[in-house]
Amino acid sequence: MKIFIARHGRGALGLLIAALVLMAALGAPLLVAQDPLQTDFAAGLKPPGAPGHPLGTDQLGRDLLARVLYGARVALFIGLCCVLLTAVVGGLLGLLAGYFEGWAGTVLMRVADVQLSFPFILLALTINAIVGLGLRNIIVSLSAAGWVVYARVVRGEVLSVKEREFVHAAQALGLGRARLLFRHILPNVAPSIIIVASLQFAQFIVAEAAISFLGFGVQPPTPAWGSMLSESRDYLYVAWWLAAFPGAALALTALGINLVGDWLRDVLDPKFRV
Amino acid sequence: MRAYLLSRLGQTVLVVYLSLTAVFFLVRLGGDPVLLFLPMDIQAKDLNEFRQRLGFNDPLPVQYGRFVSRAAHGDFGESLRYKDDALALVLERLPATLSLAASALLLTFCLAVPVGVLSAVRRGSLWDLLGMGGAVLGQAVPGFWLGLMMIYLFSVRLGWLPTGGMGGPLHYVMPCVVLASFYAARMARITRSSVLDTLNEEFVLTARAKGLAEWIVIGKHTLKNSAIPLVTLAGLDTGQLLGGAVITETIFAWPGLGRLTVQALLNRDFPVVLAAVFVFSITYTLINLAVDLLYGWLDPRTRAGART
Repeated sequence: MKIFIARHGRGALGLLIAALVLMAALGAPLLVAQDPLQTDFAAGLKPPGAPGHPLGTDQLGRDLLARVLYGARVALFIGLCCVLLTAVVGGLLGLLAGYFEGWAGTVLMRVADVQLSFPFILLALTINAIVGLGLRNIIVSLSAAGWVVYARVVRGEVLSVKEREFVHAAQALGLGRARLLFRHILPNVAPSIIIVASLQFAQFIVAEAAISFLGFGVQPPTPAWGSMLSESRDYLYVAWWLAAFPGAALALTALGINLVGDWLRDVLDPKFRV
Repeated sequence: MRAYLLSRLGQTVLVVYLSLTAVFFLVRLGGDPVLLFLPMDIQAKDLNEFRQRLGFNDPLPVQYGRFVSRAAHGDFGESLRYKDDALALVLERLPATLSLAASALLLTFCLAVPVGVLSAVRRGSLWDLLGMGGAVLGQAVPGFWLGLMMIYLFSVRLGWLPTGGMGGPLHYVMPCVVLASFYAARMARITRSSVLDTLNEEFVLTARAKGLAEWIVIGKHTLKNSAIPLVTLAGLDTGQLLGGAVITETIFAWPGLGRLTVQALLNRDFPVVLAAVFVFSITYTLINLAVDLLYGWLDPRTRAGART
Protein backbone atom coordinates (compact mmCIF):
# COMPACT_ATOMS: atom_id res chain seq x y z
CA MET A 1 0.00 0.00 0.00
CA LYS A 2 2.77 2.36 0.99
CA ILE A 3 4.61 1.57 -2.21
CA PHE A 4 1.42 2.09 -4.20
CA ILE A 5 0.98 5.57 -2.68
CA ALA A 6 4.63 6.44 -3.23
CA ARG A 7 4.35 5.32 -6.83
CA HIS A 8 0.95 6.61 -7.76
CA GLY A 9 0.08 9.22 -5.10
CA ARG A 10 1.50 12.16 -7.00
CA GLY A 11 -0.08 10.96 -10.20
CA ALA A 12 -3.47 10.79 -8.49
CA LEU A 13 -3.01 14.29 -7.08
CA GLY A 14 -2.02 15.54 -10.51
CA LEU A 15 -5.03 13.89 -12.15
CA LEU A 16 -7.29 15.43 -9.51
CA ILE A 17 -5.90 18.93 -10.14
CA ALA A 18 -6.04 18.47 -13.90
CA ALA A 19 -9.65 17.26 -13.65
CA LEU A 20 -10.57 20.33 -11.58
CA VAL A 21 -9.02 22.65 -14.16
CA LEU A 22 -10.79 20.81 -16.96
CA MET A 23 -14.11 21.10 -15.12
CA ALA A 24 -13.52 24.81 -14.56
CA ALA A 25 -12.85 25.24 -18.26
CA LEU A 26 -15.79 23.22 -19.52
CA GLY A 27 -18.24 24.29 -16.85
CA ALA A 28 -17.34 27.99 -16.73
CA PRO A 29 -20.77 29.20 -17.94
CA LEU A 30 -22.49 27.02 -15.32
CA LEU A 31 -20.20 27.97 -12.45
CA VAL A 32 -20.50 31.73 -12.80
CA ALA A 33 -23.43 33.80 -13.95
CA GLN A 34 -21.36 36.79 -15.10
CA ASP A 35 -20.00 37.32 -18.57
CA PRO A 36 -16.18 37.65 -18.40
CA LEU A 37 -16.35 40.55 -20.85
CA GLN A 38 -19.23 42.45 -19.19
CA THR A 39 -17.85 45.77 -17.91
CA ASP A 40 -19.36 47.76 -15.05
CA PHE A 41 -17.45 50.96 -14.40
CA ALA A 42 -19.34 51.68 -11.19
CA ALA A 43 -18.02 48.45 -9.68
CA GLY A 44 -14.34 48.72 -10.71
CA LEU A 45 -11.49 47.30 -8.58
CA LYS A 46 -13.69 45.73 -5.89
CA PRO A 47 -11.67 43.51 -3.52
CA PRO A 48 -12.37 39.77 -3.16
CA GLY A 49 -15.51 39.01 -1.18
CA ALA A 50 -17.50 41.89 -2.63
CA PRO A 51 -21.19 40.98 -3.08
CA GLY A 52 -21.64 39.00 -6.28
CA HIS A 53 -17.87 38.98 -6.97
CA PRO A 54 -16.13 36.30 -4.85
CA LEU A 55 -12.69 37.16 -6.27
CA GLY A 56 -13.42 40.86 -6.78
CA THR A 57 -13.44 42.84 -10.01
CA ASP A 58 -10.83 44.35 -12.31
CA GLN A 59 -10.31 47.95 -13.37
CA LEU A 60 -13.25 47.80 -15.76
CA GLY A 61 -15.54 46.15 -13.24
CA ARG A 62 -15.38 42.73 -14.90
CA ASP A 63 -15.87 39.78 -12.57
CA LEU A 64 -12.49 38.25 -11.80
CA LEU A 65 -13.81 34.76 -11.00
CA ALA A 66 -15.49 34.59 -14.40
CA ARG A 67 -12.33 35.78 -16.11
CA VAL A 68 -10.12 33.27 -14.30
CA LEU A 69 -12.48 30.39 -15.12
CA TYR A 70 -12.88 31.37 -18.76
CA GLY A 71 -9.09 31.82 -18.82
CA ALA A 72 -8.78 28.09 -18.20
CA ARG A 73 -10.57 27.55 -21.51
CA VAL A 74 -8.09 29.69 -23.40
CA ALA A 75 -5.08 28.10 -21.68
CA LEU A 76 -6.20 24.50 -22.17
CA PHE A 77 -7.31 25.13 -25.73
CA ILE A 78 -3.95 26.62 -26.69
CA GLY A 79 -2.02 23.92 -24.84
CA LEU A 80 -4.02 21.13 -26.44
CA CYS A 81 -3.77 22.53 -29.97
CA CYS A 82 -0.01 23.01 -29.64
CA VAL A 83 0.56 19.54 -28.23
CA LEU A 84 -1.52 17.87 -30.97
CA LEU A 85 0.08 19.91 -33.72
CA THR A 86 3.67 19.37 -32.53
CA ALA A 87 3.13 15.69 -31.73
CA VAL A 88 1.71 14.95 -35.19
CA VAL A 89 4.14 17.09 -37.19
CA GLY A 90 7.25 16.46 -35.08
CA GLY A 91 6.40 12.79 -34.56
CA LEU A 92 5.82 12.20 -38.26
CA LEU A 93 9.01 13.97 -39.28
CA GLY A 94 10.97 12.05 -36.66
CA LEU A 95 9.45 8.79 -37.81
CA LEU A 96 10.37 9.42 -41.45
CA ALA A 97 13.83 10.80 -40.63
CA GLY A 98 14.58 7.79 -38.46
CA TYR A 99 13.29 5.22 -40.91
CA PHE A 100 14.78 6.50 -44.15
CA GLU A 101 18.03 8.07 -42.85
CA GLY A 102 18.57 9.94 -46.13
CA TRP A 103 19.94 13.41 -46.67
CA ALA A 104 16.51 14.92 -45.97
CA GLY A 105 16.59 13.45 -42.49
CA THR A 106 20.08 14.80 -41.92
CA VAL A 107 19.03 18.27 -43.01
CA LEU A 108 15.99 18.06 -40.74
CA MET A 109 18.13 17.17 -37.75
CA ARG A 110 20.52 20.02 -38.52
CA VAL A 111 17.53 22.38 -38.52
CA ALA A 112 16.50 20.89 -35.19
CA ASP A 113 20.01 21.48 -33.80
CA VAL A 114 19.94 25.10 -34.86
CA GLN A 115 16.51 25.57 -33.33
CA LEU A 116 17.55 23.92 -30.09
CA SER A 117 20.53 26.26 -29.88
CA PHE A 118 18.12 29.08 -29.17
CA PRO A 119 16.11 29.59 -25.96
CA PHE A 120 12.57 28.22 -26.52
CA ILE A 121 10.72 31.20 -25.13
CA LEU A 122 12.77 33.70 -27.11
CA LEU A 123 12.22 31.71 -30.29
CA ALA A 124 8.46 31.51 -29.81
CA LEU A 125 8.38 35.19 -28.91
CA THR A 126 10.32 36.25 -32.00
CA ILE A 127 8.17 34.13 -34.31
CA ASN A 128 5.03 35.48 -32.69
CA ALA A 129 6.16 39.10 -32.97
CA ILE A 130 6.72 38.54 -36.69
CA VAL A 131 3.71 36.43 -37.71
CA GLY A 132 1.39 38.62 -35.67
CA LEU A 133 -0.83 38.55 -32.61
CA GLY A 134 -3.97 36.64 -31.74
CA LEU A 135 -5.04 33.15 -30.74
CA ARG A 136 -4.27 31.36 -34.00
CA ASN A 137 -0.84 32.92 -34.40
CA ILE A 138 0.26 32.11 -30.85
CA ILE A 139 -0.59 28.45 -31.50
CA VAL A 140 1.40 28.54 -34.73
CA SER A 141 4.40 30.23 -33.07
CA LEU A 142 4.55 27.89 -30.09
CA SER A 143 4.20 24.85 -32.34
CA ALA A 144 6.88 26.10 -34.71
CA ALA A 145 9.22 26.47 -31.75
CA GLY A 146 8.28 23.18 -30.09
CA TRP A 147 8.10 20.45 -32.75
CA VAL A 148 11.84 19.70 -32.66
CA VAL A 149 11.69 17.88 -29.34
CA TYR A 150 9.39 15.19 -30.77
CA ALA A 151 11.37 14.92 -33.98
CA ARG A 152 14.56 14.32 -31.99
CA VAL A 153 13.15 11.82 -29.54
CA VAL A 154 11.12 9.87 -32.09
CA ARG A 155 13.98 9.68 -34.59
CA GLY A 156 16.30 8.29 -31.92
CA GLU A 157 13.75 5.66 -30.90
CA VAL A 158 12.99 4.65 -34.49
CA LEU A 159 16.69 4.19 -35.21
CA SER A 160 16.86 1.54 -32.52
CA VAL A 161 13.40 -0.02 -32.99
CA LYS A 162 13.89 -0.66 -36.70
CA GLU A 163 16.89 -2.90 -35.99
CA ARG A 164 14.81 -5.17 -33.79
CA GLU A 165 13.93 -8.66 -34.96
CA PHE A 166 10.20 -8.27 -35.29
CA VAL A 167 10.75 -5.42 -37.75
CA HIS A 168 13.16 -7.52 -39.80
CA ALA A 169 10.64 -10.36 -39.68
CA ALA A 170 7.85 -8.09 -40.87
CA GLN A 171 10.10 -6.85 -43.66
CA ALA A 172 10.95 -10.40 -44.63
CA LEU A 173 7.25 -11.19 -44.85
CA GLY A 174 7.01 -8.49 -47.49
CA LEU A 175 4.97 -5.90 -45.62
CA GLY A 176 4.57 -2.50 -47.25
CA ARG A 177 6.51 0.43 -45.88
CA ALA A 178 3.47 2.33 -44.67
CA ARG A 179 2.10 -0.69 -42.85
CA LEU A 180 5.49 -1.40 -41.31
CA LEU A 181 5.91 2.18 -40.15
CA PHE A 182 2.48 2.74 -38.72
CA ARG A 183 1.49 -0.71 -37.51
CA HIS A 184 4.80 -2.01 -36.20
CA ILE A 185 7.18 0.85 -35.49
CA LEU A 186 4.79 3.59 -34.40
CA PRO A 187 3.20 1.62 -31.51
CA ASN A 188 6.68 1.01 -30.15
CA VAL A 189 7.64 4.66 -30.11
CA ALA A 190 4.20 5.85 -28.93
CA PRO A 191 5.10 5.82 -25.20
CA SER A 192 7.90 8.30 -25.87
CA ILE A 193 5.52 10.55 -27.78
CA ILE A 194 3.02 10.45 -24.92
CA ILE A 195 5.70 11.25 -22.35
CA VAL A 196 7.07 14.18 -24.32
CA ALA A 197 3.55 15.47 -24.96
CA SER A 198 2.60 15.42 -21.30
CA LEU A 199 5.81 17.22 -20.35
CA GLN A 200 5.39 19.78 -23.14
CA PHE A 201 1.74 20.51 -22.35
CA ALA A 202 2.44 22.59 -19.24
CA GLN A 203 5.41 24.24 -20.93
CA PHE A 204 3.20 25.43 -23.76
CA ILE A 205 0.59 26.83 -21.39
CA VAL A 206 3.16 28.70 -19.32
CA ALA A 207 4.98 29.95 -22.42
CA GLU A 208 1.71 31.23 -23.89
CA ALA A 209 1.00 33.10 -20.66
CA ALA A 210 4.53 34.52 -20.62
CA ILE A 211 4.26 35.72 -24.22
CA SER A 212 0.83 37.24 -23.64
CA PHE A 213 2.25 38.81 -20.47
CA LEU A 214 4.90 40.56 -22.55
CA GLY A 215 2.20 42.08 -24.77
CA PHE A 216 2.26 39.64 -27.66
CA GLY A 217 0.10 36.56 -28.10
CA VAL A 218 -3.51 36.63 -26.96
CA GLN A 219 -4.80 40.20 -26.81
CA PRO A 220 -7.26 41.80 -24.38
CA PRO A 221 -10.20 41.64 -23.81
CA THR A 222 -9.95 37.84 -24.31
CA PRO A 223 -9.63 36.47 -20.77
CA ALA A 224 -6.20 34.81 -21.00
CA TRP A 225 -4.20 34.46 -17.78
CA GLY A 226 -1.07 35.96 -19.27
CA SER A 227 -2.67 39.13 -20.58
CA MET A 228 -4.64 39.47 -17.33
CA LEU A 229 -1.37 39.39 -15.40
CA SER A 230 0.07 41.92 -17.82
CA GLU A 231 -2.81 44.33 -17.17
CA SER A 232 -2.58 43.72 -13.43
CA ARG A 233 0.88 45.28 -13.29
CA ASP A 234 -0.58 48.78 -13.55
CA TYR A 235 -2.80 48.15 -10.51
CA LEU A 236 -0.35 46.23 -8.33
CA TYR A 237 -0.32 49.02 -5.71
CA VAL A 238 -4.09 49.07 -5.31
CA ALA A 239 -5.41 45.67 -6.37
CA TRP A 240 -3.23 42.66 -5.50
CA TRP A 241 -6.01 40.23 -6.39
CA LEU A 242 -5.75 41.03 -10.09
CA ALA A 243 -2.24 39.55 -10.10
CA ALA A 244 -2.75 36.85 -7.47
CA PHE A 245 -5.65 34.79 -8.84
CA PRO A 246 -4.87 34.40 -12.56
CA GLY A 247 -1.28 33.52 -11.65
CA ALA A 248 -2.37 31.02 -9.02
CA ALA A 249 -4.67 29.38 -11.57
CA LEU A 250 -1.77 29.17 -14.02
CA ALA A 251 0.59 27.69 -11.42
CA LEU A 252 -2.01 25.15 -10.30
CA THR A 253 -2.67 24.06 -13.87
CA ALA A 254 1.04 23.66 -14.56
CA LEU A 255 1.48 21.74 -11.29
CA GLY A 256 -1.34 19.31 -12.10
CA ILE A 257 -0.11 18.60 -15.60
CA ASN A 258 3.51 18.26 -14.48
CA LEU A 259 2.54 15.75 -11.81
CA VAL A 260 0.61 13.69 -14.35
CA GLY A 261 3.56 13.94 -16.76
CA ASP A 262 6.07 12.78 -14.15
CA TRP A 263 3.83 9.90 -13.21
CA LEU A 264 3.31 8.83 -16.82
CA ARG A 265 7.05 8.89 -17.34
CA ASP A 266 7.66 6.72 -14.29
CA VAL A 267 4.99 4.23 -15.28
CA LEU A 268 5.55 4.08 -19.03
CA ASP A 269 9.28 4.36 -19.27
CA PRO A 270 11.60 3.99 -16.31
CA LYS A 271 14.63 5.05 -18.30
CA PHE A 272 13.44 8.66 -18.42
CA ARG A 273 13.02 8.76 -14.64
CA VAL A 274 14.33 11.85 -12.85
CA MET B 1 41.67 18.42 -29.83
CA ARG B 2 42.36 21.31 -32.16
CA ALA B 3 40.39 19.71 -34.96
CA TYR B 4 37.52 19.19 -32.56
CA LEU B 5 37.60 22.80 -31.39
CA LEU B 6 37.73 24.06 -34.96
CA SER B 7 34.78 21.94 -36.05
CA ARG B 8 32.78 23.10 -33.05
CA LEU B 9 33.57 26.73 -33.82
CA GLY B 10 32.55 26.10 -37.43
CA GLN B 11 29.27 24.74 -36.14
CA THR B 12 28.80 27.90 -34.10
CA VAL B 13 29.22 30.02 -37.20
CA LEU B 14 26.67 27.86 -39.03
CA VAL B 15 24.14 28.16 -36.22
CA VAL B 16 24.53 31.93 -36.08
CA TYR B 17 24.26 32.24 -39.86
CA LEU B 18 21.14 30.08 -40.10
CA SER B 19 19.34 31.83 -37.25
CA LEU B 20 20.04 35.25 -38.78
CA THR B 21 18.84 34.07 -42.18
CA ALA B 22 15.64 32.65 -40.68
CA VAL B 23 14.87 35.92 -38.91
CA PHE B 24 15.74 37.96 -41.99
CA PHE B 25 13.19 36.11 -44.14
CA LEU B 26 10.54 35.90 -41.43
CA VAL B 27 10.71 39.66 -41.05
CA ARG B 28 10.18 40.15 -44.78
CA LEU B 29 7.21 37.79 -44.70
CA GLY B 30 5.69 39.70 -41.81
CA GLY B 31 4.67 42.76 -43.81
CA ASP B 32 6.18 46.16 -44.46
CA PRO B 33 8.25 47.22 -41.44
CA VAL B 34 8.48 50.78 -42.73
CA LEU B 35 4.72 51.18 -42.70
CA LEU B 36 4.47 49.92 -39.15
CA PHE B 37 7.21 52.08 -37.77
CA LEU B 38 6.37 55.49 -39.17
CA PRO B 39 3.53 57.67 -37.87
CA MET B 40 0.06 57.20 -39.41
CA ASP B 41 -0.21 60.63 -41.08
CA ILE B 42 2.94 60.31 -43.16
CA GLN B 43 2.92 61.36 -46.84
CA ALA B 44 3.35 58.67 -49.48
CA LYS B 45 6.35 60.58 -50.86
CA ASP B 46 8.20 60.52 -47.53
CA LEU B 47 7.32 56.89 -47.09
CA ASN B 48 8.97 56.02 -50.36
CA GLU B 49 12.02 58.06 -49.52
CA PHE B 50 12.36 56.35 -46.17
CA ARG B 51 11.97 52.96 -47.77
CA GLN B 52 14.55 53.83 -50.38
CA ARG B 53 17.00 55.01 -47.73
CA LEU B 54 16.69 51.76 -45.76
CA GLY B 55 16.97 49.67 -48.92
CA PHE B 56 13.56 47.99 -48.64
CA ASN B 57 12.89 48.76 -52.32
CA ASP B 58 15.62 46.51 -53.68
CA PRO B 59 14.90 42.92 -54.80
CA LEU B 60 15.04 40.39 -51.99
CA PRO B 61 18.26 38.61 -53.06
CA VAL B 62 20.02 41.99 -53.22
CA GLN B 63 18.76 42.88 -49.74
CA TYR B 64 19.85 39.48 -48.46
CA GLY B 65 23.33 39.67 -50.01
CA ARG B 66 23.85 43.13 -48.57
CA PHE B 67 22.57 41.95 -45.19
CA VAL B 68 24.94 38.97 -45.06
CA SER B 69 28.02 40.90 -46.10
CA ARG B 70 27.29 43.64 -43.58
CA ALA B 71 26.44 41.19 -40.81
CA ALA B 72 29.79 39.49 -41.36
CA HIS B 73 31.35 42.81 -40.43
CA GLY B 74 29.10 43.17 -37.41
CA ASP B 75 27.02 45.87 -39.07
CA PHE B 76 23.28 45.41 -38.60
CA GLY B 77 22.40 48.98 -39.46
CA GLU B 78 21.00 51.71 -37.30
CA SER B 79 18.26 51.16 -34.77
CA LEU B 80 15.07 52.63 -36.25
CA ARG B 81 14.17 53.97 -32.84
CA TYR B 82 17.36 54.98 -31.05
CA LYS B 83 19.16 56.18 -34.20
CA ASP B 84 22.27 54.41 -33.02
CA ASP B 85 24.33 51.44 -34.20
CA ALA B 86 22.23 48.35 -33.44
CA LEU B 87 25.06 46.02 -32.44
CA ALA B 88 26.58 48.67 -30.17
CA LEU B 89 23.22 49.06 -28.43
CA VAL B 90 22.97 45.32 -27.90
CA LEU B 91 26.55 44.91 -26.68
CA GLU B 92 26.06 47.78 -24.28
CA ARG B 93 23.21 45.82 -22.65
CA LEU B 94 24.99 42.45 -22.59
CA PRO B 95 26.94 42.89 -19.30
CA ALA B 96 23.75 43.58 -17.34
CA THR B 97 22.19 40.36 -18.63
CA LEU B 98 25.33 38.30 -18.07
CA SER B 99 25.74 39.53 -14.51
CA LEU B 100 22.11 38.71 -13.76
CA ALA B 101 22.37 35.26 -15.35
CA ALA B 102 25.64 34.50 -13.54
CA SER B 103 24.22 35.49 -10.15
CA ALA B 104 21.11 33.44 -10.81
CA LEU B 105 23.23 30.44 -11.81
CA LEU B 106 25.27 30.78 -8.61
CA LEU B 107 22.09 30.97 -6.55
CA THR B 108 20.74 27.92 -8.39
CA PHE B 109 23.80 25.85 -7.46
CA CYS B 110 23.87 27.07 -3.87
CA LEU B 111 20.21 26.13 -3.41
CA ALA B 112 19.83 23.06 -5.55
CA VAL B 113 22.95 21.00 -4.79
CA PRO B 114 22.58 20.95 -0.98
CA VAL B 115 18.84 20.26 -1.21
CA GLY B 116 19.33 17.53 -3.80
CA VAL B 117 22.19 15.82 -1.92
CA LEU B 118 20.35 15.98 1.39
CA SER B 119 17.19 14.54 -0.17
CA ALA B 120 19.17 11.68 -1.69
CA VAL B 121 21.19 10.86 1.42
CA ARG B 122 18.16 11.05 3.70
CA ARG B 123 15.89 9.44 1.18
CA GLY B 124 12.29 9.09 2.40
CA SER B 125 12.79 11.51 5.30
CA LEU B 126 10.85 14.68 5.94
CA TRP B 127 13.74 16.60 4.34
CA ASP B 128 13.33 14.62 1.17
CA LEU B 129 9.58 15.21 1.12
CA LEU B 130 9.94 18.95 1.74
CA GLY B 131 12.84 19.39 -0.66
CA MET B 132 11.24 17.51 -3.53
CA GLY B 133 7.79 18.98 -2.83
CA GLY B 134 9.35 22.42 -3.04
CA ALA B 135 11.10 21.46 -6.26
CA VAL B 136 7.89 20.24 -7.91
CA LEU B 137 6.18 23.45 -6.84
CA GLY B 138 9.10 25.56 -8.02
CA GLN B 139 8.88 24.00 -11.46
CA ALA B 140 5.19 24.78 -11.74
CA VAL B 141 5.14 28.39 -10.52
CA PRO B 142 5.74 30.70 -13.49
CA GLY B 143 8.57 33.16 -12.93
CA PHE B 144 6.68 36.23 -14.00
CA TRP B 145 3.91 35.55 -11.49
CA LEU B 146 6.41 34.89 -8.72
CA GLY B 147 8.04 38.19 -9.66
CA LEU B 148 4.79 40.13 -9.45
CA MET B 149 3.93 38.61 -6.09
CA MET B 150 7.40 39.35 -4.73
CA ILE B 151 7.14 42.95 -5.89
CA TYR B 152 3.80 43.24 -4.15
CA LEU B 153 5.09 41.73 -0.91
CA PHE B 154 8.63 43.08 -0.63
CA SER B 155 8.32 46.41 -2.42
CA VAL B 156 4.72 47.56 -2.14
CA ARG B 157 3.81 46.13 1.29
CA LEU B 158 7.07 45.89 3.19
CA GLY B 159 9.16 48.40 1.28
CA TRP B 160 12.33 46.31 1.74
CA LEU B 161 13.44 45.93 -1.85
CA PRO B 162 13.39 48.20 -4.91
CA THR B 163 10.71 47.35 -7.48
CA GLY B 164 13.16 47.31 -10.35
CA GLY B 165 16.08 48.83 -12.18
CA MET B 166 19.75 48.14 -11.69
CA GLY B 167 21.75 49.52 -8.80
CA GLY B 168 23.15 48.09 -5.58
CA PRO B 169 23.13 44.47 -4.43
CA LEU B 170 19.52 44.81 -3.25
CA HIS B 171 18.43 45.27 -6.86
CA TYR B 172 19.74 41.79 -7.60
CA VAL B 173 17.70 39.96 -4.97
CA MET B 174 14.29 39.61 -6.62
CA PRO B 175 15.38 39.17 -10.25
CA CYS B 176 17.87 36.50 -9.16
CA VAL B 177 15.36 34.58 -7.08
CA VAL B 178 12.78 34.70 -9.85
CA LEU B 179 15.24 33.65 -12.51
CA ALA B 180 16.74 30.90 -10.37
CA SER B 181 13.49 29.42 -9.04
CA PHE B 182 12.64 27.20 -12.00
CA TYR B 183 16.19 26.05 -12.67
CA ALA B 184 16.98 25.42 -9.02
CA ALA B 185 13.90 23.21 -8.78
CA ARG B 186 14.93 21.13 -11.76
CA MET B 187 18.56 21.01 -10.71
CA ALA B 188 17.61 19.80 -7.23
CA ARG B 189 15.64 16.91 -8.70
CA ILE B 190 18.44 15.91 -11.06
CA THR B 191 21.00 16.18 -8.23
CA ARG B 192 18.90 13.88 -6.09
CA SER B 193 18.52 11.19 -8.74
CA SER B 194 22.14 11.44 -9.81
CA VAL B 195 23.41 11.09 -6.25
CA LEU B 196 21.04 8.18 -5.66
CA ASP B 197 22.50 6.43 -8.71
CA THR B 198 26.06 7.03 -7.57
CA LEU B 199 25.36 5.81 -4.03
CA ASN B 200 24.61 2.39 -5.51
CA GLU B 201 28.05 2.13 -7.10
CA GLU B 202 30.57 -0.30 -5.72
CA PHE B 203 33.25 2.31 -5.04
CA VAL B 204 30.92 3.95 -2.54
CA LEU B 205 30.55 0.63 -0.79
CA THR B 206 34.34 0.26 -0.79
CA ALA B 207 34.83 3.74 0.61
CA ARG B 208 32.39 3.00 3.41
CA ALA B 209 33.93 -0.44 4.03
CA LYS B 210 37.36 1.01 4.54
CA GLY B 211 35.89 3.21 7.25
CA LEU B 212 35.94 6.66 5.66
CA ALA B 213 33.89 9.32 7.35
CA GLU B 214 30.44 9.69 5.83
CA TRP B 215 31.07 13.30 4.77
CA ILE B 216 34.11 12.23 2.78
CA VAL B 217 32.15 9.43 1.12
CA ILE B 218 29.42 11.88 0.14
CA GLY B 219 31.48 15.01 -0.39
CA LYS B 220 34.34 13.50 -2.34
CA HIS B 221 33.52 10.11 -3.74
CA THR B 222 29.87 10.61 -4.55
CA LEU B 223 29.57 14.25 -5.47
CA LYS B 224 32.25 14.43 -8.12
CA ASN B 225 30.86 11.34 -9.78
CA SER B 226 27.35 12.73 -9.76
CA ALA B 227 28.46 15.97 -11.34
CA ILE B 228 28.14 15.13 -15.04
CA PRO B 229 24.35 15.29 -15.37
CA LEU B 230 24.48 18.50 -13.35
CA VAL B 231 27.01 20.12 -15.64
CA THR B 232 25.00 19.06 -18.70
CA LEU B 233 21.90 20.58 -17.22
CA ALA B 234 23.71 23.71 -16.12
CA GLY B 235 24.98 24.17 -19.65
CA LEU B 236 21.58 23.70 -21.19
CA ASP B 237 20.03 25.89 -18.54
CA THR B 238 22.46 28.75 -18.95
CA GLY B 239 21.04 29.16 -22.43
CA GLN B 240 17.53 28.93 -21.07
CA LEU B 241 18.53 31.41 -18.34
CA LEU B 242 19.28 33.87 -21.12
CA GLY B 243 15.79 33.21 -22.47
CA GLY B 244 14.26 33.50 -19.01
CA ALA B 245 16.03 36.81 -18.63
CA VAL B 246 13.72 38.15 -21.35
CA ILE B 247 10.78 37.93 -18.97
CA THR B 248 12.57 38.66 -15.71
CA GLU B 249 14.20 41.77 -17.12
CA THR B 250 10.86 43.05 -18.34
CA ILE B 251 9.21 42.64 -14.93
CA PHE B 252 12.03 44.25 -12.99
CA ALA B 253 12.94 46.91 -15.57
CA TRP B 254 16.45 45.43 -15.72
CA PRO B 255 18.42 47.28 -18.41
CA GLY B 256 19.62 44.13 -20.15
CA LEU B 257 19.55 42.40 -23.49
CA GLY B 258 16.25 40.62 -22.87
CA ARG B 259 14.30 43.77 -22.19
CA LEU B 260 15.91 45.49 -25.17
CA THR B 261 14.88 42.56 -27.37
CA VAL B 262 11.27 42.64 -26.17
CA GLN B 263 11.08 46.38 -26.77
CA ALA B 264 12.67 46.03 -30.19
CA LEU B 265 10.14 43.33 -31.10
CA LEU B 266 7.25 45.47 -29.85
CA ASN B 267 8.54 48.45 -31.86
CA ARG B 268 9.43 46.29 -34.85
CA ASP B 269 12.95 47.69 -34.63
CA PHE B 270 14.49 44.97 -36.79
CA PRO B 271 18.14 46.00 -36.88
CA VAL B 272 18.17 45.65 -33.10
CA VAL B 273 16.25 42.34 -33.23
CA LEU B 274 18.80 40.92 -35.69
CA ALA B 275 21.74 42.15 -33.65
CA ALA B 276 20.18 40.65 -30.52
CA VAL B 277 19.63 37.29 -32.25
CA PHE B 278 23.26 37.42 -33.36
CA VAL B 279 24.58 38.01 -29.84
CA PHE B 280 22.16 35.55 -28.21
CA SER B 281 23.07 32.69 -30.52
CA ILE B 282 26.82 33.31 -30.20
CA THR B 283 26.64 33.44 -26.42
CA TYR B 284 24.49 30.35 -26.24
CA THR B 285 26.63 28.17 -28.50
CA LEU B 286 29.85 29.29 -26.82
CA ILE B 287 28.43 28.35 -23.43
CA ASN B 288 27.54 24.91 -24.75
CA LEU B 289 31.05 24.52 -26.12
CA ALA B 290 32.48 25.42 -22.71
CA VAL B 291 30.25 22.81 -21.10
CA ASP B 292 31.45 20.12 -23.49
CA LEU B 293 35.05 20.98 -22.67
CA LEU B 294 34.22 20.78 -18.98
CA TYR B 295 33.06 17.16 -19.43
CA GLY B 296 36.53 16.13 -20.51
CA TRP B 297 37.86 17.47 -17.26
CA LEU B 298 35.20 15.78 -15.14
CA ASP B 299 35.21 12.48 -16.96
CA PRO B 300 38.32 11.62 -18.98
CA ARG B 301 36.38 8.92 -20.85
CA THR B 302 34.53 11.59 -22.83
CA ARG B 303 37.60 13.56 -23.89
CA ALA B 304 37.63 14.81 -27.45
CA GLY B 305 40.38 12.42 -28.56
CA ALA B 306 38.44 9.40 -27.38
CA ARG B 307 35.39 10.63 -29.21
CA THR B 308 37.15 11.39 -32.52
